[in-house]
Amino acid sequence: MTHIARHHGGATLLLTFIGALMLQMLPLPEWAQPLRPDWVALVLIYWCIALPDRVGVGIGWLAGLMLDVAHGALLGQNALALAVVAYLAIRLHQRIRVFPLWQQAVSALLLVTLHLMLVLWLKGATGQSAETWAYWLPALTSMLLWPPTFLILRGLRRAYRVR
Amino acid sequence: MVLVILSSLMMTLDHRQNHLEGIRSTLSLLIYPLQYVINLPIAATQWLDDSLSSRESLQEENARLKRQNTLFKARLQTLQSLKAENQRLRELLQSSKKVSERVLIAELLSVDLEPFTRQIVINKGSRDEAYLGQPLVDAEGVMGQIVHLGLFSSTAMLITDANHAIPVQVNRNGLRAIAMGTGAPDKLDIPYLPISADIVEGDLLTTSGLGGRFPAGYPVAMVTEVVKDPTLPYAVVSAMPTARLEQAREVLLLWPTTQQKDAPSDTAGESAATAPPS
Repeated sequence: MTHIARHHGGATLLLTFIGALMLQMLPLPEWAQPLRPDWVALVLIYWCIALPDRVGVGIGWLAGLMLDVAHGALLGQNALALAVVAYLAIRLHQRIRVFPLWQQAVSALLLVTLHLMLVLWLKGATGQSAETWAYWLPALTSMLLWPPTFLILRGLRRAYRVR
Repeated sequence: MVLVILSSLMMTLDHRQNHLEGIRSTLSLLIYPLQYVINLPIAATQWLDDSLSSRESLQEENARLKRQNTLFKARLQTLQSLKAENQRLRELLQSSKKVSERVLIAELLSVDLEPFTRQIVINKGSRDEAYLGQPLVDAEGVMGQIVHLGLFSSTAMLITDANHAIPVQVNRNGLRAIAMGTGAPDKLDIPYLPISADIVEGDLLTTSGLGGRFPAGYPVAMVTEVVKDPTLPYAVVSAMPTARLEQAREVLLLWPTTQQKDAPSDTAGESAATAPPS
């Protein structure tokens, strides 16, 4: 989160994360709730791939912490999971970057699944697991929504010259 | 890297001892504007709905509410005398006085929380003297209790959350039990009742006041199913919450007067303090 002169568009970056958090909290009808994509993870993955020297584990951790507070979840569970997701996204960013869009979507599926799995483990460890298959649906919807998310965020990045 | 994981692990562990409530409530200050903005369109549509409703429907509603009010008032008359009688009898028996509660109306914020948990966000926080563990009720019964406290808003766990349990008793015969949430929106489990327990379908479960968190005597759930299978160690009893947990827009925060430590007034009257709409 250092604001060095060559960095640009921090506000845009922040706003995309705020937008993702709001989408995550937006009320949905009961049937659609399990389908809600993992917005924060999607946005985080995008920025990790696009600006790996700027957005990383630290920001992932912070975003996860805010998500925990917003969700009333155990403090730290999403923080830890998203930090790991950010780490992997940065490690793989050179490969994911050159993938065609559908392969990127599959990578997003894997990373979001990892996020969900880590959260499930942490929940299991603290004795509050939800063992239904619907728990994994966000990974699928995240994959389906990766292309539009990617295009929108890329548009934003170019329009506001986020570096 | 390792540091981040380590710190978050520490947080995960530390949270079990509830040391992080301060951090959480500070961070929730940052989240509150977002929740407020998300809630705005929904509040706006409701406001629009209210202001655009026709004259006839308003008159109709007014008439209906007046009828209801008369009815309630009539019932309240007998209640007053019964209350006084109860008080006298209790004094005669030299048992503890039944306390009355202070209440405050809170509104739900339309915000979705973690999937597969049953939690709600309300627009009252420590600024309104809400406290951790405070009971929430609606017009029909107990809803839940506050689990995270912020300055302007707080998160409450509903009685149907899989992590929630509430001490209850059968209204008919005083049989004590515990009602545990299942995670389903309309089902509570009553475990650990022996096969021989006197509980039947349609029994009303009320709070027993044991545990000191929920005041006694509020309706909690209606027993919907009792399976007494001799091969099982316990009877399988499930119940449906009487409170409209999924539809309520407004909830009541309760201050049981026995726990009124820092409230300004100690007049234990029926002070139905309605907060100004904020």
